[in-house]
Amino acid sequence: MGEKYILELIDVWKIYRMGKIDINALRGVNLKVKLGEFLAVMGPSGSGKSTLMNMIGCLDVPSKGSIYLDGHDISKLYESDLAQLRGRKIGFVFQQFNLIPTLTAIENVMLPMIFQNIKREERVRKAEKLLDIVKLGDRRYHRPTELSGGQQQRVAIARSLCNDPEILLADEPTGNLDSTTGQEFMQFLRKLHTEEGKTIIMVTHDREIAKNADRTEFLKDGKIAKNI
Amino acid sequence: MLRDYLTISVRSLASRKTRTYLTMIGIFIGIASVVALIGLGEGLRLAISSQFGFLGTDVLSIQASGLNFAGPPGAAVANPLTGDLTDKIKKVKGVETVINRYLESAPVEFNDKQVISIVYSMPDGTDRQALESMVNIKAMSGRMLKDGDGKKVMLGHDFTKELSFGKDVAVGDRILIKGIEFEVVGLLEKKGSFILDSSIGMNEDVLIELFKNDNTINAIAVKVKDEKEINDVKSGIEKLLRKEREVKEGEEDFVVESPQSVLDSLDSTLFAVQMFVIIIALISIVVGGIGITNTMYTAVLERTKEIGIMKAIGARNSIIFTLFFIESGLLGLIGGIIGILLGLGFAYGSASAGRALLGVEIIRAHVPTMLIVMSLMFSVIIGLLAGIIPAYRASRKTPIDSLRYAK
Repeated sequence: MGEKYILELIDVWKIYRMGKIDINALRGVNLKVKLGEFLAVMGPSGSGKSTLMNMIGCLDVPSKGSIYLDGHDISKLYESDLAQLRGRKIGFVFQQFNLIPTLTAIENVMLPMIFQNIKREERVRKAEKLLDIVKLGDRRYHRPTELSGGQQQRVAIARSLCNDPEILLADEPTGNLDSTTGQEFMQFLRKLHTEEGKTIIMVTHDREIAKNADRTEFLKDGKIAKNI
Repeated sequence: MLRDYLTISVRSLASRKTRTYLTMIGIFIGIASVVALIGLGEGLRLAISSQFGFLGTDVLSIQASGLNFAGPPGAAVANPLTGDLTDKIKKVKGVETVINRYLESAPVEFNDKQVISIVYSMPDGTDRQALESMVNIKAMSGRMLKDGDGKKVMLGHDFTKELSFGKDVAVGDRILIKGIEFEVVGLLEKKGSFILDSSIGMNEDVLIELFKNDNTINAIAVKVKDEKEINDVKSGIEKLLRKEREVKEGEEDFVVESPQSVLDSLDSTLFAVQMFVIIIALISIVVGGIGITNTMYTAVLERTKEIGIMKAIGARNSIIFTLFFIESGLLGLIGGIIGILLGLGFAYGSASAGRALLGVEIIRAHVPTMLIVMSLMFSVIIGLLAGIIPAYRASRKTPIDSLRYAK
């Protein structure tokens, strides 16, 4: 199982209990993502996009069903194991960039490597290289507040790539960028996919942005739908 | 890795300096007061010890007690000691030597300036050597007094400094004591006791002729044969004196004390004062610790999103705990360091201000290294303890809830 697929969701349910009412955020989602694929997930708000992203990103475990990441079932792991897994296998790019404001660009990029106990010299070397790739080599020692939105998102990309993750998970990555910067960012993501062969899963509600992906899945009422 | 966590924690503290310093106030006031007050107390204790230090542990001193407002010890008391006691004390079991001590204050003139100094007596014969070794005095320049020295004196070390007369006194100089000219034959080595260092030694017969018109003596120094029996000898002398002076036990108008017993009673008084200070300071530090807990709670809440981000990019619960734990410990450590510096500054500053303003040499500060080490350890431990619960709370936050926080 999962030989061809880097990620496989089988009948995944997520049920939240709000007081006495159960809310089914995900209702039996089945999804397969091939290694090196660029997938966009689209859906209106409330469709369960965020919940799905949390499951794929190992931030949460399903109430029912199984999730195989690189052939391993992650649906029954505890938080500490999930954290370790996230650090190694998943690279996150958030809508709000989510950099640590007190740390410089290079320190932000090095942070996931610190959590993986990677030696300092190695960290610095890799972080410098990644910042050069995202064209922020001259902004290494700037804090997030000293960078533009586009630059911050590029720092976030560099951070997400530092542990060579299997999957790059982008949650509305252009949501806080103007259209030009957003387009530039998408070109960069595309390049990463075509040249580096990275598996990218991107959640968006913007059809134009979704067009950059190889395939688009639609989510509606907690289920994969043909269209929205 | 710890270095990296330390960097992250330091950055986080530095990003909110005002709150960091406000939080540490409780800690550093507590630590500063411990360091300053214990330092001053310890300095006082050492200064007083050094005043007694010149007397050996095998020496008892006897003084008449009662009213004693001014002047040298034993002066102006209702019932002074008399010379006839000496022979009787000599017969007490365990007594080796008994020496009468005469101490008088007198105007001393040199270089057209006058100061009031204490003049003490040096006995003749074998008692002279006994007293010299008892008090352990040696000539730094010139010579010691000897039998038959008439209008000759030896001066304490402080007279070699300008401060007394605006000019150093040297061997061969002549000074006026009570208007009579004396030749300085010797200057003594520094003793570290401001009493002895600023006193004048004079042969006993000369002193009696110059000052005395009665049979009273200021103090009696008793050297015991065996140091271990000093308490028995003390009791023996007390019994004799009670009989001689016709007083009941508990109503003595005299004191027999060993330098050690004086130090012991001083020590126990200072210890009580220091304990009191420590308890007050501990309360301050504990309150400071609660302040740290409060600040850390706020920090955990404020940085919920950061916790979420860190968890999303691979931080395990233990790492989040460590980060906040270090931060809290740092608050204790920095608070402790500032407190120690403030305490040292206050102790040494106020001691030197006290010496300058009051001219009292005895006001000194002495902060033992152990006190600094213990204070620092204590403040770090308080900081760490204060951070345990907030750090645990931080580590238990779920990544999704944290990421959603304030979104």
